[in-house]
Amino acid sequence: MTIALVVAIGCVGGVLAGLFGVGGGILFVPTLALVLGLTQLHAEASSLLAILPTAFVGTWRQRGYGNLDLRAAAVIGLGSIAGVQLGVLLAESLPESVLRRLFGALLIVSAAQIIWRARRGS
Amino acid sequence: MLGGFFGALFGVGGGIVIVPLLLLLLEFGQRRAAATSLAAILVSSVAGAITYAFHGDVKPGAAMLIGIPAMVGVLGGTALQQRIPAERLSYGFALLLTAVGIRLLV
Repeated sequence: MTIALVVAIGCVGGVLAGLFGVGGGILFVPTLALVLGLTQLHAEASSLLAILPTAFVGTWRQRGYGNLDLRAAAVIGLGSIAGVQLGVLLAESLPESVLRRLFGALLIVSAAQIIWRARRGS
Repeated sequence: MLGGFFGALFGVGGGIVIVPLLLLLLEFGQRRAAATSLAAILVSSVAGAITYAFHGDVKPGAAMLIGIPAMVGVLGGTALQQRIPAERLSYGFALLLTAVGIRLLV
């Protein structure tokens, strides 16, 4: 039952990721933590692995639609690698409850941003 | 770099930082920003997953349980994005995120 629920959330998460241009992580992390009972740190670490197939397929499809700016993506992606190291270090050192609350705050900021993008129009 | 920091800290790709930067600084359109962000996320997530794996924090079974179905879902999502104004669905999605956010905060 739990497994079916996670698979279902995975499917819906993928659809939402494609629709809104998010990687799916904002849905994967709470699912792994609240449904599968992983710790916040393990949920975040595993979410990054779970994002890979989605981001790969999403990028490939978007490239087909002609929406992708490969040069900008490469610059941002490579630049992010340095930031990743800092982020992992900080996540490892924060207490579990603080990390979980920070993530809750991130979700609310994400919600505000999605509304902002919708109101801004395309 | 900022995207990578947020992405790794929260286990998300970093799109939450990358998309607004592309929209505001580089004046990308919504679809171009979302697509380009997704490609950048691919790089930052690989880096993040490898770094966390060295610390022994990655649970591959749990990751694949949600990651593989999501891969199928994203095919439908990107196809839908080309056809319907996703803006209309934004409010529902924002509401869902807020609810989960509050659940994690309290």
